[in-house]
This record gives sequence, structure tokens and C-alpha cells, in this order.
Amino acid sequence: MLGFLQRPVVVTADINLNVVALTAVGLLSRLWQLAYPRAVVFDEVYYGQYISFYMKRIFFLDGSGPPFGHMLLALGGYLGGFDGNFLWNRIGAEYSTNVPVWSLRLLPALAGALSVPMAYQIVWELGFSHCAAVGAALLILIENALITQSRLMLLESALIFFNLLAVLSYLKFSNSQKHGPFSPSWWFWLILTGVACACAVGIKYVGVFTYLLVLGVAAVHAWHLIGDQTLSNVRVLCHLLARAVALLVIPVLVYLLFFYVHLLLLCRSGPHDQIMSSAFQASLEGGLARITQGQPLEVAYGSQVTLKNAFGQPVPCWLHSHQSTYPVIYENGRGSSHQQQVTCYPFKDVNNWWIVKDPGRHQLVVNNPPRPVRHGDIVQLAHGMTTRLLNTHDVAAPLSPHSQEVSCYIDYNVSMPAQNLWRLDIVNRESDTDVWKTIVSEVRFVHVNTSAVLKLSGAPLPDWGFRQLEVVGEQLSRGYHGSTVWSVEEHRYGRSQEQKERELELHSPTQTDVSRNLSFMARFSELQWRMLTVRSDDSEHKYSSTPLDWVMLDTNIAYWLHPRTSAQIHLLGNIVIWASASLATLVYALLFIWYLFRRRRRVCDLPEDCWLRWALAGALCAGGWAVNYVPFFMMEKTLFLYHYLPALTFQILLLPVVLEHVSDHLCRSPVN
Amino acid sequence: MPPAVGGGLAGSELRPRRGRCGSQAARAVGPDVATEATTRSPKRPAPSSRRFEAPGRWALLALVTLMSFATRFHRLDQPPHICWDETHFGKMGSYYINRTFFFDVHPPLGKMLIGLAGHLTGYDGTFLFQKPGDEYEHHSYLGMRGFCAFLGALLIPFAYLTVLELSQSLPAALLTAALLTFDTGCLTLSQYILLDPILMFFIMAAMLSMVKYNSYANRPFSAPWWLWLSLTGVNLAGALGVKFVGLFIILQVGWNTVSDLWHLFGDLSLSMVTVGKHLTARILCLIVLPLALYTATYAVHFMVLNKSGPGDGFFSSAFQARLSGNNLHNASIPEHLAYGSVITVKSARMAVGYLHSHGHLYPEGIGARQQQVTTYLHKDYNNLWIIKKHNTNSDPLDPSLPVEFVKHGDVIRLEHKETSRNLHSHYHEAPLTRKHYQVTGYGINGTGDSNDFWRIEVVNRKFGNRIKVLRSRIRLIHLVTGCVLGSSGKVLPKWGWEQLEVTCTPYLKETLNSIWNVEDHINPKLPNISLDVLQPSFPEIMLEAHMVMIRGNNGLKPKDNEFTSKPWHWPINYQGLRFSGINDTDFRVYLLGNPVVWWLNLLSIALYLLSGSIFAVALQRGARLPAEVEGLSQVLLQGGGQLLLGWMMHYFPFFLMGRILYFHHYFPAMLFSSMLTGLLWDTLLRLCAWSLASFSLAGHVHTLGILSLLLGIAYSFYLFHPLAYGMVGPLAQDPRSPMAGLRWLESWDF
Repeated sequence: MLGFLQRPVVVTADINLNVVALTAVGLLSRLWQLAYPRAVVFDEVYYGQYISFYMKRIFFLDGSGPPFGHMLLALGGYLGGFDGNFLWNRIGAEYSTNVPVWSLRLLPALAGALSVPMAYQIVWELGFSHCAAVGAALLILIENALITQSRLMLLESALIFFNLLAVLSYLKFSNSQKHGPFSPSWWFWLILTGVACACAVGIKYVGVFTYLLVLGVAAVHAWHLIGDQTLSNVRVLCHLLARAVALLVIPVLVYLLFFYVHLLLLCRSGPHDQIMSSAFQASLEGGLARITQGQPLEVAYGSQVTLKNAFGQPVPCWLHSHQSTYPVIYENGRGSSHQQQVTCYPFKDVNNWWIVKDPGRHQLVVNNPPRPVRHGDIVQLAHGMTTRLLNTHDVAAPLSPHSQEVSCYIDYNVSMPAQNLWRLDIVNRESDTDVWKTIVSEVRFVHVNTSAVLKLSGAPLPDWGFRQLEVVGEQLSRGYHGSTVWSVEEHRYGRSQEQKERELELHSPTQTDVSRNLSFMARFSELQWRMLTVRSDDSEHKYSSTPLDWVMLDTNIAYWLHPRTSAQIHLLGNIVIWASASLATLVYALLFIWYLFRRRRRVCDLPEDCWLRWALAGALCAGGWAVNYVPFFMMEKTLFLYHYLPALTFQILLLPVVLEHVSDHLCRSPVN
Repeated sequence: MPPAVGGGLAGSELRPRRGRCGSQAARAVGPDVATEATTRSPKRPAPSSRRFEAPGRWALLALVTLMSFATRFHRLDQPPHICWDETHFGKMGSYYINRTFFFDVHPPLGKMLIGLAGHLTGYDGTFLFQKPGDEYEHHSYLGMRGFCAFLGALLIPFAYLTVLELSQSLPAALLTAALLTFDTGCLTLSQYILLDPILMFFIMAAMLSMVKYNSYANRPFSAPWWLWLSLTGVNLAGALGVKFVGLFIILQVGWNTVSDLWHLFGDLSLSMVTVGKHLTARILCLIVLPLALYTATYAVHFMVLNKSGPGDGFFSSAFQARLSGNNLHNASIPEHLAYGSVITVKSARMAVGYLHSHGHLYPEGIGARQQQVTTYLHKDYNNLWIIKKHNTNSDPLDPSLPVEFVKHGDVIRLEHKETSRNLHSHYHEAPLTRKHYQVTGYGINGTGDSNDFWRIEVVNRKFGNRIKVLRSRIRLIHLVTGCVLGSSGKVLPKWGWEQLEVTCTPYLKETLNSIWNVEDHINPKLPNISLDVLQPSFPEIMLEAHMVMIRGNNGLKPKDNEFTSKPWHWPINYQGLRFSGINDTDFRVYLLGNPVVWWLNLLSIALYLLSGSIFAVALQRGARLPAEVEGLSQVLLQGGGQLLLGWMMHYFPFFLMGRILYFHHYFPAMLFSSMLTGLLWDTLLRLCAWSLASFSLAGHVHTLGILSLLLGIAYSFYLFHPLAYGMVGPLAQDPRSPMAGLRWLESWDF
């Protein structure tokens, strides 16, 4: 009880001055004169835009990576009180005074600085000497490519930081496995491994390779654990479960968390809205949500609607018609029906309005109470401004001769009957009696006479069609393809009996109020899918390079050039480090194969524990280099030197390891 | 320090240390050796009880073969018109018979064999194979179909023998044979003039030979061992020679060989010399032999195809000089470029073509509205250009003037012969590659402006040297903007006649895109030399043919709005392929797997993964299994593992492929999957019978299970056989159709 009277309370703290010193010099090297230059440097022009979007909370879509990296940079802006008002348009532009350059660059710089002591820790945890560990840290410290990359608003240093953190915490975890499984520190390092992996993946997709490497090493260790017959079955199961939760479940949850925060932050509509589905857009403030607020949900006979194509390629567009007719004879000599053109038009227009009509009645207004349209119902679609009915028939479409022409029917009395009945097919229905809903429902229009499907072919029509996109009827009974699917975007119940009134009504903006919400998972999966599939035009760049150029530093990138003084920032590695690290990898590979073959013939050059250490160091460092490097050979996007930096970091860690091994085991004098 | 030296130096003082760790090593390795011994000769469950007498086994094999041939050759002549890809491969077979040069993305062996089969059975190569649906009429097509069906029929005995070897169980082999015999997909794919039956034949033959030579592991270097080993090599060459997909079976055999060698290497009872012999034998039979055969197929290919044909333009100028009928064949042209020469300029990048222009303008909104400049793969008068001096417009061909050679570094003008416009570039963005400058034809009758001036440079040459036809690799540098003439390799839209884009790139990095050579060269004032000196050597031809094929394969990209088959569709039999006929009056054949077989396969893979991992974990935990179960688990893990690996190797790589994919790409994987199913169900039923041993009827569980599977599969084949043998009448979505009840998935359209 009163033990402290007998024995004093003692707090002992082990402080490794090496780590402290390394952290200090790391900070010094990365933070010194951080705000210089006060100008946009290289890719800051690109990430800066996203920071501004975060500051203004405007939704954007970036296909280059998950949102965590951008959010980290934006956190710097938030801490520095950035209001997002800066036009990120050109490299070299001077920052205005409202841009807190120092705090924007702070987080990447911190990540870069902390990588230095972490390199030390990793080599130490791998079981090598302090000398080797300090060597590794110093090499990371003085590698100028890493310094350059850390001092700017770029993501590589954070990615490297989390890669190293994942490896380090896994090592700490597996070292504490021997003496204290299920202890607090064991749990801490295990969970930190999972979180760090998720962070790395959340910054750039390439982080997934380090994650897979860590998973692979963990799987091998777990397999040995299963083979350990001193453990009871229950205990083995506990071990496996703990690993599965920490290394599989937690990373997924953390990754989802990034998106959750991302979507929470970006709640306003912005420039990339159009790429997303109507339902997604409706969940953003302003933009479509403002228009669609309070629309009636269920489409009824007499509803006035605009129909947006779900494919969004080449551009998002709405089903459209206008007074002009198809030319009697096309340029290539084929004939048309000469009826009214139906196209897809990428801009909002009064001619995008269509009225859903019951084929059995003549009226174009909504009854009271409205009669909702259901899956499988037969409808006609009347064009709002011309009241002509959507029609398709066995006439070749203007640009896609294998498909049917779609027109608004004009009766020329030429024994070409109207075929204007369409069966409504709700693609994402839950039951066969589902009601057609605004925004939410994805529908296909199946032509009753020919069973063709209304489809956007995507080809721009010639001048006679005002370069709008071609719409065709295509025979197909199978498969989901976005180009055949349409959704109602704007919607209101038509009230006017007379055409003149109706035109006025069509011109008036829609209004009223109710908001619809998508669940987070629906928004996440849509956003993730669009991010993975959004196509960035493969641009050639002056400083782009191929993976082969990287190993021997055969390339560089000019980041910034002062227009007057010619002061410049150049991304270029330290050739001595690069070459010796590559050499170390080669030596490691050769030695490893040599030992492996000799062991197979029962010739033990190394004691068992030394061999295991050597193999683990190789798996993590040489393996880390390989998994972060080799996949780039298969990537088709434009590549730059900085893509090599994560791989290089691992390679640098291998250098002191190999040196120590060579000096300990191969260069020993015979006396020993 | 190089490890070899280190090892050598350290050799003497390592010995004591080695001694120290010797006991450790022995301890560490001890259990390993024990498990190895068991893995190398898996205890097969009571072989005597399983083995039929030899005549019975032969009779069963004969029965399986007979069934397979009967199903494959039944109604082989139907339909008597071109089905699906027969239009390609039949046509290519005809090219071999007619000896005209063509280009295809697949290696030549398969098509050569089709051509040979046609030739031997009296087909004369005169049928045009224009489009699917064309009637064969009097042309003899059955020989080619029969050849493919023959190879396709052999798949089943091969699969039977492979499974028999892996599981030592007749029921497993029989089940496999039934799965494949009664699969409508395999049947359909085997009945037409296609590469797939040939490819699958070689894949299965390689697999069988590999399994056979593994089974002779206890008698290395015996005659059958050598036979199967070299047969493996031969079949690998065959598989790769038909389609590049054959690479997957090579990888599988490679993996098997490496792990085999690794075991031998760890076997201390073998001396290093013996291990060396093993290694050499495998290098000889599995690397040298296949390579030699593969090369030989190309040698035959190039020897047979010696006439100019539709494939010429894909290949380099030097290559074309080999083909009789090509204008470069036996041609003699002036060697050095001179002013006034009429030339064609060809891109050094393969399959890009000639610098081309024509009387059409770039459309409005795309750069300046001037004449288009493109590259074009085919020979055409619009490929001709005249070299002129940049500063004078006098006719250099005037006989009174001396011949003036073009030298490296000269500034020239290139005038398009047909339209008399100059090759021109300016600061407008190129139509597709936005960061490059547009290249146009400009000026009237050769009079333009300073944007028409180009500096001609030979790669790796000094200034002042003359420029050689065909051999000099040249770059054209635009004088005003400093950019380099290049082809981006992108296809222009309709307005550009789907020819390839030409740009002027401001990035001076040296790539093949911006390197050109002069091909045709006409200059009456110069003496001609023979082109025979330029004949490329055989390795060069091989290399070029491969480059062109790989580029062709990569070029097969799906278009934007196209419905394409995705790899995940395949194992679930999501969608078939129409081989013939669309409407209800047509004779329709639809390539679709027998859904019962395919879904059983899918289920079996899941079951295999489950049962396999249970056994693996149990073994790793050191559980003691009864001898019977131990034997079954070995079959499951070893034999099943081989088959699962085969399935994965032939399936997963497709997820990484960017090219357009089709349903029939899955069939090699499907073979492996069916073999796995056979092996798995036999093993599971045996396990079941074993665990129920205390009940009286337990012995029959296995027999009954296998029998009901066999009958079920046969019945499903009875239901679905019209897919393969053809059907006429209403489509299945029509309730009046006899197939109406069989349209189990919405996505099947037969």
C-alpha cells in the first residue's frame, strides 16, 4: 500500500541519443528555408488545386490516387489558415500572401525528416549493428532526391514514411512475438502495421505493393506459427485471428474512413460533378441538388423529364430532339427517313424535355392522383417542344448503319407507320413491380416492335446534326452497358393542357424541395470506381522517363526555375548512393543464391539465426525495392523519376546491411 | 566482393564453422528429409485393390477414346458454311497452300498445320473464306475440320491418362473423361477450323508427358524417361508455336522442373555430377529442343511463304526484298540519295508504315486547315515524295546539272509528288497528341514558306556523309521550331481514313517513333545497285516477325462502346459466342459450356481450396492421419496442386491483358479445371466412404457417387447437345422453342 515509502517511485527513460540526433538533423535538413521558393514548384501546381478544393469544400475527382494524400496536404493548409484562394495555373507563379507556403509544405517535410530515424530503427530491429543502422539513416539523410521531394507539397515523402512505418512496426511486432505475445506493445505494433499500410495505400495506389509484401512476410511467419506444435490449437487460432483483424480488417476500415472524411469534407458541387451519376450529384450541395431539390420522386404518366445517359462517354449528355430533320440522302449516298432528329446533347436545353405519355390516352398532363409508371409498362415519349413521339424503325442510323435510326415521328403518309411504343425496363429494380423513380432508377427503353434498345452510340453527327451525339436503336438482349441506360434527372408533373402554356412551363426552372441521400457505401463504391476508371489522357512529358532510366539515374526533372536569377530546383539523386545501392542489391542477390544452394547441399556457411536475419533483411529491403520497382514496367501511364523514390529508400536500407554482412562474414581474417 | 571469390578464400576457414553448425543443420533438416521422402513417393492407397487388370484398363481407355471420337466427328460436315473464325484460319491455311505472305498476330505452326491438312486432303486453296456464312460449295473443307476434330478428340484420352497418373484412380480418370466428352463447349470448339483444338492438343500433350516423366523419377535416364522428357519439350514448342498463350504451359512445366531439380539438388545421396546430368538433360530437352523446333517452324513458315501478299507492309523494307512479287524483290535502286530523287519514307517503328499525304485537308477545328500528312501501311502512289533543295525550285533532274548528293545535315524540302505540296509543320497542336505540333502539306506547286525546311540527319553519323537508301536511319528536324518528325502510332478518326497520325515532336529524345528510312528510290541520273546485299539474316527476320506480332496483339484493343467479354464472365459460363446463325431460320451453333459441367467445375475449385487447406493445415500442425487418409491427402495436395496451378496459370494472366478477350480463351483453363474436378470428387467420395466405414452400405457411397455424377453429366449433355450440333427453329427466348426451358441465364442468346 504505502510501498512508495519504502521504495521511491522511479521513472527510468531510455533515450537513444542516436535517434534524437538523427531526428534533429533530419528536421534541420528538411525544414531549413522551407518556404523558399515562394513560387509554385512542379507538381505543386497539381496538388495545390486539390488543396484549394478542400479548403473551399468543393467536390472533385482525381484518378491519380485515393484521397488520404490530398487530405494530408490540405491539413497543412488548414493549419496555416489557407482560404483556398489561389489560381494554380502555372509552374513558377509567385504565391500570393494568403498562401501559407511554410505550413503547406510542413507535413511532407516532417514525413521526410522522420524517415531518417525510422531507417535507423528498421536496420536495428532487423538485428544489425548500431553502426549499420546509423549508416542507413545517414544515407537517407543525405540523399538529395529524397530531400528535394520532401520539401515540396508532394506525396512521395509521406508515402515513403508510411511504407517505412509499416515495415518498422511489423518488425517491432514480430520481435515482441518471442517474449510477449498479446502484450499491449504487441497489440500496438500489430495494429500500427495495419494502419500504416492503409495510410500508404491511401496516399497512392502503389502503396499496395508494400502492403502485399508485409502481408506476405506475415503469412510466412503465421505458417511457421501453425507448424509450432508447442502451441495449443486455441492459441494458434487466437494468433491467426489477431493477425487477420489487424492486417486485413483494420486496413479496410481505415481506407473506408479516408473516403468517409473525404466525402464529409467535400460537400459542395464542383467542376467534376458531371462525371458522377445523377444520384451522386444530387447528394452534393448546389449544382444538380439545387435543381432537383423537391422534385416528385415517382415518374407518372404526364411527367416532364430530362433523360441523362448513364455512360458519360465521350461526354455526359441528355436525350434531345429539335425541329431539324434527318437529311434525305447522307453524304455517302444512303437514305434516311427524313423525320425529326433525335440526338444526345451535352448541354442543358429546353429541347431536352420529354413527356411520358400513356399510349391509351391523349392527354399530356398528370392526373390527380398521379398514376406512377412501373417496370414493364408500355409508354410513349413525347418531345416537349414539338410534341412528336420518340420512334425507331428499320432504317439504318446515320453513322452506325448496323443500328436502327431513332427519330421523332412525322407522318409523311409514305406507308412508314409510327412505331413509337417503348417498354420500360428498370435495370436496377428490386422487384418486378418497381416504380420508375427520378435520379435513382436506371432504365432502358426497349422498342416494342423491334425489341431494339435506345442507345447512345457516342459518334458526333456532322454539321446537319449540329455535331450533337448520335442516338440509335440497337438489337441486343444481353449485358449491361452504360450507353443503353438512361436516368431521369430533372422532373416535374406537367400541368398545362395547351401547347403554348406547356412551352412556358418547360422554360420555367424546376423547383420545390426534398433531398435524397445515398448511403455512404453507395457513394464510396461509385467514387472509387470512377477514380479507377477515369481516363487521364496519356500525356507525353518533357521529363518523363522509363523504369530502366531510374536505376542508373539516367534522367532528371527540372522542378523550378527562377525567371530572372536562374536559381533552380532540380530533382536529381546522388549517383554514388544510387550506384552503390544497386550494387548492394546485386551482391545481396548473388550471395543469397550462393548460400541457398550451399544450404541445400547441407553446407552451412552461416549460423542458423544469422541466416534467418539475412533472409528477413533481404525479404524486406530487397523485396521492398523489387515490389516498388518492378510493377512500373507494366504500367502504361507517364512515369517520372520520383516514382522510383519509394523503391530507392528500401534499396538504401539494404546497403549497410550488405556491407556489415560482408565485413563480418566474408572479410574475416583466418585467425578468427 | 564477388561471392565466388569470397567463398573460395573463405573455404578453408569455413570448415570448422561448418562443423559447428553441422548438428544444427542436421536437426533443422531432419524432418525435411523425412517429409521429402514421403512426398517423392506418395503412398498411394492400396494400389492392388484399385488396379484393374491390364486388359480392362486398355478396354476402358479404348472406350473413352471411342466416345470422344464419336462425339467429335458426329455431324462434322454441318453446317457447310464458314463459321466464325474459320474465315481467318481457313484463309490463312489457303495462304500457305498458295504461298502468299500474310501477317497474323499468332505464331505460324497452327495455321501451317491447317494448311497442310487441307493440302493433303485435296483442298486447293482456291476458296476465298471471305466472311462467316459463305457456303463451301464444292470446296473440300472436311479435311481441315477433320484434322482439328481429330486433335480435339485426342484431348480426352490425354486428360484421362493425366488424371489416372496423378490419382492412380480409374473412377477419377473416368469422371474427367466424361466431363470433357460431354462438355458442349469443348465439343463445339473442336469441330471447326480453329487454332484452339491444336493449341489445346499441344497443351494437354505437354501436361501428359510432364506427368509421365515425373512418374519415372525413380528411373532417371531410362529410355521412357528420356522419351517423355523430350516429348514434353516437343509439345511445349508446339503449344508456343500455335499461340503465345502456350507460354503459360511452358511456365507450368518450368515451375515443375525447377522444383524437381531443387529436390534432386537437396538429395545428398546424389553426387553433384549426377545433379549436373539431370540439369543438362532438362536444359537439352526443355529449352534447347523446343527452341530449335520453334525456330524451325519459322524457318518453314518463311520458306513456304515466298510470294508477296497482304502482309508485306507490316514488315521492314529489307524484309520485303525477300518476297517475290514485291517491288523490292530483286530490285536495284540507286544507293545514295540525291536531290531530285523520288523516295518513299518508312518509319523505323514496326507496323507504322510510310509517310503519306493525300488531297484531303484536316477538318475544321483541328489545327490549320491544310493538307493531311499521315502514315499508311500499304503501298500507294501517295507515299512518294521528292527531295528538293530548300532554296531553289529548279529541277534537279535537268540533265545539264551535275548530280548533287544529299548529305547528313543538309537542309531540304520534301515535296509530295502527287499533290506538289511541301511537308510542313508549325506551332499548331497535332490532332491527337496535343503536346506535339501538327504536320501538314503546304504550298502550291512546291512554293511554300520557311516552315517547309527540314534538316536531314543520319543517326550516329558525322556531318557531310551521304545518305544510303534503306540502311541509313534518318531523322527530319524542323528548322523553325526545332521539332522532330515522328509518328505517334495513334489511329486518326474517320476524317483521316483511319491512318496513323504524324506529328512533329518537340521532345528530342531518341525513340524509334522519330526515326525513318528511305525505302523506294527513283533517280534516273544515278546507277542502280542490287538490293540483295541487304537481305536480313534469319535471326533478324525472327526478331522482326516477333516484334510485329507483339505490336499486333497489343493493337487489338476493344473499342469504347463495344460489349466485350471479361475474364470473370468465363468460369461462370456467363455468355457464349455465336458460331453460326442469328435468326430463327438459320442453322445456329452457339459456343457455350455445358452449364452442369462448368458450374460443377466452379464448385469443385471452391471445394478443393477448402479441403486442400484443411489438409495442409492439419499436416503443418503435425496431425497423425490414418494411412488411407494420408494417401488421399497426398493425391489431393500433389496431384490436385498441379492441376490447380495449371488452371490458375491459364486463367489469371488474362486479367492483366489489355487486348480484346473472347470466351474461347478460357478453354485451356477449363481443361485443367475439369481434371481437378474429376480428381477432387473421387478423392472426396473415397474420404466419405472411409469416414462412414462403420455403416454397412458405406462401401457403395463411392461407386454410387461416381455413377450418379456420370449419369447426371451425360443427361445434361443430352439436354444441351443442340448447342454444339446445331439447331434450327425459334430462338430460345421464344416459348415455342425446344430450347426454351434451357435458357437458364438471361445472357445466353441461342
